[in-house]
Amino acid sequence: MEKQITQQGQLRIALRNCGMLDPENIAESIARDAYQALGKVLKELSPQECINILKQSGLRGRGGAGFPTGLKWEIASKSQSDQKYVVCNADEGDPGAFMDRSILEGDPHSVLEAMAICGYCIGADKGLIYIRAEYPLAIKRLRIAIDQAMEDGLLGKNILGSGFNFEIKLRYGAGAFVCGEETALIHSMEGKRGEPTNKPPFPATSGFMKKPTNVNNVETFANIAPIILKGPDWFSSIGTKNSKGTKVFALAGKINNVGLIEVPMGTSLREIIYEIGGGIKEDKKFKAVQTGGPSGGCLTEKHLDTPIDYENLIEAGSMMGSGGMIVMDENDCMVSVAKFYLDFIVGESCGKCTPCRVGNKRLYEILEKITQGKGVMKDLEKLKNLSYIIKDTALCGLGQTSPNPVLSTLENFYDEYYEHVVEKKCRAGHCKNLFHYVINEELCVGCAACKRCCPVHAITGDKRMPHYIDSNICIRCGECIEKCSFDAISIQLEPKILV
Amino acid sequence: MVPKLMCDDDMVDIYSVPSGDKDSLKVTIKLSKEKIETINRICASFENNPEELINVLHETQNTLGYLPAEVQEIIAHNLKISSAHVYGVVTFYSYFTMVPKGDYPISVCMGTACYVRGAEKILEELKKELKIGIGETTPDQRFSISCLRCVGACGLAPVLMVGEKVYGSVSPDDVKKILNEYREDNEDCKCQQL
Repeated sequence: MEKQITQQGQLRIALRNCGMLDPENIAESIARDAYQALGKVLKELSPQECINILKQSGLRGRGGAGFPTGLKWEIASKSQSDQKYVVCNADEGDPGAFMDRSILEGDPHSVLEAMAICGYCIGADKGLIYIRAEYPLAIKRLRIAIDQAMEDGLLGKNILGSGFNFEIKLRYGAGAFVCGEETALIHSMEGKRGEPTNKPPFPATSGFMKKPTNVNNVETFANIAPIILKGPDWFSSIGTKNSKGTKVFALAGKINNVGLIEVPMGTSLREIIYEIGGGIKEDKKFKAVQTGGPSGGCLTEKHLDTPIDYENLIEAGSMMGSGGMIVMDENDCMVSVAKFYLDFIVGESCGKCTPCRVGNKRLYEILEKITQGKGVMKDLEKLKNLSYIIKDTALCGLGQTSPNPVLSTLENFYDEYYEHVVEKKCRAGHCKNLFHYVINEELCVGCAACKRCCPVHAITGDKRMPHYIDSNICIRCGECIEKCSFDAISIQLEPKILV
Repeated sequence: MVPKLMCDDDMVDIYSVPSGDKDSLKVTIKLSKEKIETINRICASFENNPEELINVLHETQNTLGYLPAEVQEIIAHNLKISSAHVYGVVTFYSYFTMVPKGDYPISVCMGTACYVRGAEKILEELKKELKIGIGETTPDQRFSISCLRCVGACGLAPVLMVGEKVYGSVSPDDVKKILNEYREDNEDCKCQQL
């Protein structure tokens, strides 16, 4: 499906089985060591020993924030309760990321096995997978995998004769980005609106149905079995000082090789984009790469050689997020990109707290004004101040990180904002109010092809005489450029005087 | 195929649902008995468990096509929760709709990768071609347009979906071709419905 990516520099741990086996046949998974780790844990290790292995391995949550997984399990295991839950967060809402979908579709048993191990460690006998309804194939394969594992005694009652019970059920999302936030996800699973609540109490003490709940991301779970089988030292030998193991990234946008890659932590952006990704499409100039989705930020040329890990990305004004990487070239307008993310956030804000609900709307309006060429210098100041206020006061992770795209573009592409505001110019030729079409009088033969196709009748001129476009009427649809056989029409960035 | 809009002819049965206590108000629902039984069956298959509300709504929308107020009322009654709760959930999640979608619901992916690769142009072309806006249905109930937030096929950007079928690397010129596959005069249009 996705184009083949060069294997150079890649190391597959979470994606080890994707594409290697038939996910609808459990025998093939077992042949590739599925449920070996579960067997080892149940027979040889106590829950605390297993948690210690994870703590030694240095595995951190792959959902974005990077909380140490072993520590998370330990906190949940120490909570006292008659009932606990293991939850797999498969609500991959970050636009531009699709590693969770690939893992669930290509190797569902790796997730089921890890959930059972987690259940054993924290003392839970029920697992829930919260999956987006937008992934019908992943849902189907998960259902098949659960049924087959139940049949083979690898899930259900008395697993492998150990006396340990564990069952897994599916819960569906319904198209709400905020449900990737763990408290919102838990409310959604309880059949309520997916609105987040204050932490503490953390889910590890009071989560699903007010019981201790351990929530992990799909990719985190996919890393568990290899760590148990190959040992924590093997895992911690990969990666950087504070970020161990590998990370899956979804390469997309203006890049030659698109698709999923898995590289050791500490790999530089340059290696990812130019060696594995094969460079920018049509040899255009690299401008930025957006990581972390709507909560992340843009990294630029100066970050190309930074080793990627949790800390370095945060320092560079972005974040790991779930691992989406959207590559942008010189034709992308960074102000519009920030506006695009704000539009997303405005649509997905749950509306519970005011900073996020109202603040982001105001941010969006200011950006809208700037892209229309009506911005003033004071707006840039306002953008910055408002962003920091939202960051400090919003209730949940979505709101606290929502101004990141604005802040990081302001930081890294201040000159583009400046051009939009002061010179009324969009160098990428993207903002419709900031450029206009002109007809080159020397090239125009007066064939009237453009005049006929113009939907708003902005083009005038006599037959066989050079034509003229009235910028005040023109809606910049670009029809005329396509119709002109003489390349007489071009985009002029120098703005007309705006009122 | 999704059933057509429930028209007046369908509302032959007046069915009353006593809610909760003896003295409480009686709610009168205008829905055919058959549909009420379908909804009851779906609720029962999830053991009328209020935790399963979202799954119940998914199943009901898959069967009936959409979730009008009357349907929500019956679900609320079965699951023993307030209809305001059900309404709150239905309106919170973008997947649920209170107006019927077309027979062939078209969704354009508006994720970042698709945006960067020109999803806006695809959407414009669609709107022009079908003469409807986002969230609207054509008068013949055949097509409806909606935007969604990433189907996880970013490698194929820009992407649009008709029903459950995904079309990748779509150009504005492809839009007409894709629509023609589902137009009335095309006999062998096969589309899996949601």
